[in-house]
Amino acid sequence: MMTAIQGFLGPWWTLAWTLAKILVIVLPLMGAVAYLTLAERKIIGYMQVRIGPNRVGIKGILQPLADAGKLLFKEIIIPAKSNKYLFLLAPVLSIAPALAAWAVVPFSPELVLSNVDASLLFVMAITSMGVYGVIVAGWASNSKYAFLGAMRSAAQIVSYELAMGFALVGVLMAAQSLNLVEIVQGQEGGFWNWYFIPLFPLFVVYIVAGVAETNRAPFDVAEGESEIVAGFHVEYSGMAFAVFFLAEYANMILIAMLTSLMFLGGWDAPFHAAPFTWVPGFVWLAAKVSFVLLLFLWFRATFPRYRYDQIMRLGWKVFIPLTLAWLMVVGAAMQTPYGYLFH
Amino acid sequence: MNFETVIFYIFAAILLLSAARVVTAKSPIHAALSLVLAFFTAAAIWLLLEAEFLAITLVLVYVGAVTVLFLFVVMTLDFNVEKMRQGFWRHLPAALVAGGIMAAEMVLVLRTRTDNVAPRNFDVHYSNTKELGRLLYTDYVYPFELAAVLLLVAIIAAIALTLRRRKDTKYIDPADQVKVRREDRLRLVSMPAEKPARAAAEKTEG
Repeated sequence: MMTAIQGFLGPWWTLAWTLAKILVIVLPLMGAVAYLTLAERKIIGYMQVRIGPNRVGIKGILQPLADAGKLLFKEIIIPAKSNKYLFLLAPVLSIAPALAAWAVVPFSPELVLSNVDASLLFVMAITSMGVYGVIVAGWASNSKYAFLGAMRSAAQIVSYELAMGFALVGVLMAAQSLNLVEIVQGQEGGFWNWYFIPLFPLFVVYIVAGVAETNRAPFDVAEGESEIVAGFHVEYSGMAFAVFFLAEYANMILIAMLTSLMFLGGWDAPFHAAPFTWVPGFVWLAAKVSFVLLLFLWFRATFPRYRYDQIMRLGWKVFIPLTLAWLMVVGAAMQTPYGYLFH
Repeated sequence: MNFETVIFYIFAAILLLSAARVVTAKSPIHAALSLVLAFFTAAAIWLLLEAEFLAITLVLVYVGAVTVLFLFVVMTLDFNVEKMRQGFWRHLPAALVAGGIMAAEMVLVLRTRTDNVAPRNFDVHYSNTKELGRLLYTDYVYPFELAAVLLLVAIIAAIALTLRRRKDTKYIDPADQVKVRREDRLRLVSMPAEKPARAAAEKTEG
């Protein structure tokens, strides 16, 4: 059947096939985003001894669909004297990088949309563009709250991106490759080979910087309700708001995915013995991603919001020196006979 | 004309248009955003040349960091476009001369390049990133380190020039904050919760 379609489409085959592969990644991702919102409300509910949403469907499992339906039918209000084009462009600018980064994310050694050589760099470059959605939204809204939120967010994202980048430098030193598939393959052979052990400080920095990059609690000063209502998206309603929401959750899943791939061994089973090898690699990967996502939700339910100056201090004066120091340790150790510990 | 050439012309058109918007846009915000688009399309053209490291670094550094800070500053400034447009015709001759010299220099550089700049067809395992790293850290290690030191000096100079200690700052050393114990701030005083019954009764009667 494939060859029949191939013959029918002729030169358009490559385009059609690539679009089909993109859909196969994006549609489950959107589903995961929808159910991550439900998981967040349920888990935080249980942590706070509440039940969480339980009205729509059995135990509330249809809640995300109800939310999406409600947001779709709401009116998009464009504030007076705002910049209409930029106002509507901002949500697109924030979701496009969140989805584009998935182009190079591998799900198994073969299952990757585009196995480019410098995929780690690509992910860093694409995710660094997400900040434009926030800045443009804050400026185009013609609102003081939105503008303050955008300013805070821009400063925060730029600061934490550095620490995140240095953490990734440690990973590529250990794997000696910029390719995500090769980085995972470098960790194969049980959990004691995963990079979170030799690169433990970088692992912690990466997760915390990931929480800060996605503007999640306790780093959510960009939308701090108690001070600036809802920050950069205060003027957005309906689907325009929903797109920001989708982007935030897609970014969370992306960070969790990258953490699993680079520090937790990706699709590698923790033990290469009987009961563990029966489980397919994709299930291990999904389990690791779910665990990191649980950490994100756990942080939100546990910690009070950081003060703005403390966020900046943590990023510049704690994380960056820490990552630099550990990079030196890794680099120096690789020149000694104990270098194998870091590979 | 093959597919790559078509893509090249599309990107080149977008690049030229957005670059023109950078200088013609009325609002500085629009100019900065056009600059982002120009950087991004330039990176796409580099990708066509199989220079993936340069392309991605252009996006990472210039789009992801430099222009964000640029936008940050431009947004907080109060621009008066009318005022900035004054004196356009007065400065035009000098600007034309400067622009003409720059254009002439570019033409000179480009004319000396007679060899074909089209990408060679490398094998599948060729990594532009690896080759670049090897060159930078072997043949060109001294110029590379020199440039790095120069940038470091510039960073320190920029901080030293703008650093000022405010006298009214309420900054508290976080180490001191952490070290505080309950005894430093709080004094527990033991007091009877109620007055003695007899005294209270006398008071109401009297």
